[in-house]
Amino acid sequence: MANTYTLIASSTVGSGGAANIEFTSIPATYTDLLIKISARQGADNAFDLTFNDSTTSYSTLRLQGDGSAVASNNAGGVTSAIRSIGIENTNNTANTFGNTEVYIPNYASSNYKSVNVDGVNESNGTEIYMNLLAGLWSNTSAINKIKIAANAGSLVEYSSAYLYGIKNS
Amino acid sequence: MAAGSTYTPIATTTLGSNQSSVTFNSFSGYTDLVLIFNGTITTGDDSWGVQFNSDTGSNYSSTALYGDGSSAGSNRTSSSTKASTSYSGTANSTTIINFQNYANSTTYKTALVRNNGGGFVSARVVLWRSTSAITSIVASPNTYQFATGSTFTLYGIAAA
Repeated sequence: MANTYTLIASSTVGSGGAANIEFTSIPATYTDLLIKISARQGADNAFDLTFNDSTTSYSTLRLQGDGSAVASNNAGGVTSAIRSIGIENTNNTANTFGNTEVYIPNYASSNYKSVNVDGVNESNGTEIYMNLLAGLWSNTSAINKIKIAANAGSLVEYSSAYLYGIKNS
Repeated sequence: MAAGSTYTPIATTTLGSNQSSVTFNSFSGYTDLVLIFNGTITTGDDSWGVQFNSDTGSNYSSTALYGDGSSAGSNRTSSSTKASTSYSGTANSTTIINFQNYANSTTYKTALVRNNGGGFVSARVVLWRSTSAITSIVASPNTYQFATGSTFTLYGIAAA
């Protein structure tokens, strides 16, 4: 019986919040990685996704809808991270948490890393976004560490991330 | 997400040379299929897509929502000879295609697509106007080739 999806690690933010969630020592034994994030933070919907403590060579393309219009941008051209959207913030309705799914194929290869990020933060209010995002890390290193960092304030208590490894055999 | 037989790798290939097409067959017994592409296209940016059961007739259509970092748009193709799923180039790109209820013999077949590549991020829906169960999938670029080192993996999802 194939065991395609394997939970590698998970993290839930405790009382007092946290600046980020990190997954370290990710084994190179899987084909792809999948991260499922449920989170809320300070007054911004964006969060930063970085690999191996690198703060260079990232690019981001966003396609987003806010309930009235569709737009595309490059996250201001930031190169220090894949600047994703999909986290509720303190301007959103209380108790709402955004949902984001990150898919990283061939994360252990020597190719540049192409990353899918799909995020939503619906809260029956304003500052609502649905985002489809293309991320690229122009680095040939195998990914062994992933950081999910709040772009404003801290990730609040009960924010969580689950990292799965996917095997193709 | 539950581990186990629900989500099963069926076939995977890493291209050892540039290829004009990649074919999958022998995938019976599942409810849905998921195809993961990660790789590049030779020469330059190119659209690519899939055909089913060797059908090269004008039986495919596709609707896309896309962005290029400065503007967003939507387009569609209709009565095409291939289901357009993706746009890729010489930079590493990713496509994830979900084929729902691919084996039924009653309805036309649809698939949902997420694609990053060629300077675009997109989501698409594609339609094959056939009630035949899908027994083979051929992926091919319109103009160039899939480049050496590109990977394709097909997974099967069983409802029970």
